[in-house]
Amino acid sequence: MVDLSANSPCAGLLPLTIGSVTLSEATPGTLTSIAPYNGQDKALSAALKSLHGMAAPAPNRATGKEGARAIWFGQRMILLQGPPPDPGLAKHAALTDQSDAWAVVRLEGAGAADTLARLTPIDLRDSQFKRGHTARTELRHMMSGITRLGPNSYQIMVFRGFAQTLVHDLKTAMQGVAARG
Amino acid sequence: MRVEGAGLIDRTKRIGFSFDGHQYEGFAGDTLASALLANDITLVGRSFKYHRPRGILTAGSEEPNALVMLGLEAGQEPNVRATTAELFEGMLARSQNRWPTLAFDLMAANDLVAPFLGAGFYYKTFMWPRVFWEKLYEPIIRRAAGLGALSGQHNADKYEKAFAHCDLLVIGGGPAGLMAARAAAQAGADVILCDEDTRTGGRLNAETLEVDGRPGHHWAAELTADLVAMDNVRVMTRTTVMGTYDQGTYGAIEKLSPDLAMRAGAPRECFWRIAAKRAVLAAGALERPVAFANNDRPGVMMAGAVRAYLNRWRVSPGKNAVVFGNTDSAHRTAADLLAAGVHVSALIDSRHHATCDLDIPFHAGARICEAHGRKGLEAVSVASVSGIDKIQADCLAMSGGWNPSLHLTCHRGAKPVWSPDHEAFLPVDGALPGLETAGACRGDFSTRACLEGGVAAANRALEDMGLKPAKPEIPKAEDSAYDIAALWAVPGKGRAWLDFQNDVTVKDIKQSATENFRSVEHMKRYTTQGMATDQGKNSNVAALAVLADATGQGIVETGTTTFRPPYVPVSIAAMGAGSQGTGFAPQRYMTSHRASVERGAPMIEVGLWYRPSIFPRADETHWRQSCDREVDMVRGSVGIADVSTLGKIDIQGPDAAQFLDFVYTNTFSTLQKGRVRYGLMLREDGHVMDDGTTARLSGKHYLMTTTTAAAGEVMRHLEFVHQCLCPQLDVRFISVTEQWAQFAVAGPKSRDLLNALLDQPIDNESWPFMSCGNVAIGGTAARLFRISFSGEQGYELAVPARHGDSLFRELVSRAEALEGGAYGMEALNILRIEKGFITHAEIHGRVTAFDIGMDRMISAKKDCIGKTAAQRPGLRDENREQLVGLKPVGAVKELLAGAHLFNPEDEAISAHDQGYITSVGYSPTLGHALGLGFLKRGRARLGEKLRMVDHLRGSETLCEVIDPVQFDPEGGRLRG
Repeated sequence: MVDLSANSPCAGLLPLTIGSVTLSEATPGTLTSIAPYNGQDKALSAALKSLHGMAAPAPNRATGKEGARAIWFGQRMILLQGPPPDPGLAKHAALTDQSDAWAVVRLEGAGAADTLARLTPIDLRDSQFKRGHTARTELRHMMSGITRLGPNSYQIMVFRGFAQTLVHDLKTAMQGVAARG
Repeated sequence: MRVEGAGLIDRTKRIGFSFDGHQYEGFAGDTLASALLANDITLVGRSFKYHRPRGILTAGSEEPNALVMLGLEAGQEPNVRATTAELFEGMLARSQNRWPTLAFDLMAANDLVAPFLGAGFYYKTFMWPRVFWEKLYEPIIRRAAGLGALSGQHNADKYEKAFAHCDLLVIGGGPAGLMAARAAAQAGADVILCDEDTRTGGRLNAETLEVDGRPGHHWAAELTADLVAMDNVRVMTRTTVMGTYDQGTYGAIEKLSPDLAMRAGAPRECFWRIAAKRAVLAAGALERPVAFANNDRPGVMMAGAVRAYLNRWRVSPGKNAVVFGNTDSAHRTAADLLAAGVHVSALIDSRHHATCDLDIPFHAGARICEAHGRKGLEAVSVASVSGIDKIQADCLAMSGGWNPSLHLTCHRGAKPVWSPDHEAFLPVDGALPGLETAGACRGDFSTRACLEGGVAAANRALEDMGLKPAKPEIPKAEDSAYDIAALWAVPGKGRAWLDFQNDVTVKDIKQSATENFRSVEHMKRYTTQGMATDQGKNSNVAALAVLADATGQGIVETGTTTFRPPYVPVSIAAMGAGSQGTGFAPQRYMTSHRASVERGAPMIEVGLWYRPSIFPRADETHWRQSCDREVDMVRGSVGIADVSTLGKIDIQGPDAAQFLDFVYTNTFSTLQKGRVRYGLMLREDGHVMDDGTTARLSGKHYLMTTTTAAAGEVMRHLEFVHQCLCPQLDVRFISVTEQWAQFAVAGPKSRDLLNALLDQPIDNESWPFMSCGNVAIGGTAARLFRISFSGEQGYELAVPARHGDSLFRELVSRAEALEGGAYGMEALNILRIEKGFITHAEIHGRVTAFDIGMDRMISAKKDCIGKTAAQRPGLRDENREQLVGLKPVGAVKELLAGAHLFNPEDEAISAHDQGYITSVGYSPTLGHALGLGFLKRGRARLGEKLRMVDHLRGSETLCEVIDPVQFDPEGGRLRG
């Protein structure tokens, strides 16, 4: 009998605190991409609401809360983060396990937005990118998902294989921000 | 020399620096230029072409003369303007473009033969013999004429890029910009205020003018402090907005202060991209020189710069000054010099109607016609109705009026308009969408007009954005009228400089016109006026005025040259920040990366992925030894390879089967659950796009694999086909490439290995070739696919990526126990060449299914992407180059990918080209080199002998055309 051990995407790379900003690996639980079938968007949203407690998010928004979030993830694509998907969702949408596909990190602390501003072109001002807003966008030269969790807290996702570069790029940006402080 | 008074320097903080090897001292707040002047150093550089001695001309980023080299070796930075370089402890500055020393420059011989070196001289002189131009003349000229030099070493400094967003971007923090920023901030707009100086205030820092009853720089500092305290304002000093781009995007270069830049992890510079809804340009104006004989002598300085050095840095550029100008602002220079206790020998005003109440010799209607002295100014000649007088002076403050800094308004193609009242070009309203102008850059030269203009511009922008305009009180300030008489060039003997940086004189411009380079753009190219680091900031308007005079056209008709970004020089290092070395592209690592590196595998780039080329053992000294062993291992026992980089796309939905039938040439709707099929995908133009296997996991659920190279391209293609061509199909798909770590287990002992690992054993009957299904490893759910890219009995085992590292190590150690092991890309390549399997080396974008012998895979029973286009006669012509195998039969036993094929009797030239080789390798299984390639009518030419010629590497051999499948053509081994 073989016992396969498990590694998280950023194992050995995080956490990291530079100045007032901390970068740590998130424990997102199960990640499931949910793609509604034709004409099923509303039914899916209702099912999500009744089965997981949150409606389907509008584009560039996330619904739910810590532990169970639904994050807009692209054109008619939702990422359920936290709980294993209820099988009842499968009637309305294609469900695909993505739990191991993404490196998920949290960037927190005063200066987190300044750090991100060194890597992503999106408008991070409080008035434009509020808690519960999300974007699929560039993080330097990687495609990423960025979700604002709180006043100084962001969740950042890139493909698992980019974990090393993700940490390197964020670290470099954190150093640049801290040095100015 | 330093004069009494506070200025804006901190005399309690002394700063040591060196210039050309000598140690000096300055104060905190000094620039290198002010510190040099304080130490009575007036000779700071040599000119571009004639190597004439040059001094400091300005006090800002427009400086054409005082360019120095900072730092040493890798950190050496050439062409730094001393006027903007903040002094820091230990600063190491050197003069440039001189040899052997600044004071004794042998290249100054150029100045003596200047009559032969006028504009365009080298085009005319170095004509013959023609080959000498590139090899001899140009290198010599380039060496003689130039600016500073790069170190040629890798730059170890850190640079940064960043983004910023705002409602209103205010460019320039002088009186107009400050008022605009405050008005907009108070109205609730998010404001970014950029200024290229170390502090806001603009000209207020250089003048003795009062605002609101206080010294102007006090007023500016207080207002700035108010702005900094506001949540919706970001004040960015040391940040020059250098270009305007589409849709309200502005480029800006921030140079961090020396003390910040020296901190660990800090960048030297940051290149900002600022997205603004609206912008106010309040960039001020630049004073222009007057052309007269030898006006480039060290000691001749802009009158406004003299005031700046006096008032801000408490430095007088000389002990005995003459002031020369054509506006009232020149008079302020004389007054400030007198107030500082500097002797002023004369004030010369070219305006006949000018008056002066200062107690100094005053000459109205007179002009300076020549400067005397060589390495420093000694005297000036003044021409008036009474004749020519010579006046002793070591400093001449000159002013030919002011040019509004309207550059940014013209970056998108707008042209400025000529204002006879200002004798200057002014920006056109609306020149740049969303950008308003305010203050001196739109021709408002009084302080009061700047303050008012700033508010007005902000209000226009606010209204535009739907915000309520502000009605702030305008502080009391000077409000004098601008009275100017045009003065471009004073006639006389000797060379009169227009463009100090490029050594362009009045005579050169006239010569240009004489030779019929009369358009201002032609004149610029002919004379090089307006090029290099200052981009003609000091000389453009005067040069075109002289050109207008020479051609007889007016200034309006002559017009300006094109304004382009950047407004100031920007380091390439800043624009490419973070992209040196491995930073050039993100690095994508497989879960087996660490284990592979631990085993000494060299990792090679495959797209963004890193894959092991070989897994060398201790006794192996050459990659071929490792590769041959790994091939033998797979053929003889079992090998393990990480194949996670292949694209995996999860496809689900009621119409999934129909969708696949449409994107693949062959049929997938008929594929049974638990089975895998090889598929070929075409582009719309009928050429091969990609290939791979697709498994049917359940009735409505497929898993497609793509090649590593085309994973992204195929994903994009599927999205295109679904969104644009068949949106009615109810199918959804998403990449799962990174979700699964997938390993090839290949070789005759592969099943033995798996059966010791899997919770439930498998056999050939339940898991035949091209089957798939779920398995478990110690309770962990996994997927098993019986597919083979090696030609051996092979499986691919996939687990969730978190287990990838663990499973890879487990598989390799078990394989090693069976006399197998891990194999890398080199062995993988040999294995597939032996089997004639294609990769993107073969399906490189120009080949069709017909070319690779897969024409029959395009199903006749259904339509698919590319089918119709693939049936065009030209794509099915028997004379096309077709996939063949090749082996060397000549004296040279090697084949080279990229080499071309020729008939043995033909000369090896492109007209006789028969084809080319795409993949090569040494087959340890067959004992000779093996290749794949494309050959005209190849399938009908098996057994023919051809010449392989590689012109690039100079290799040639004879090779035989063979079947692409050389190993186990019946496929018994992979089914075994």
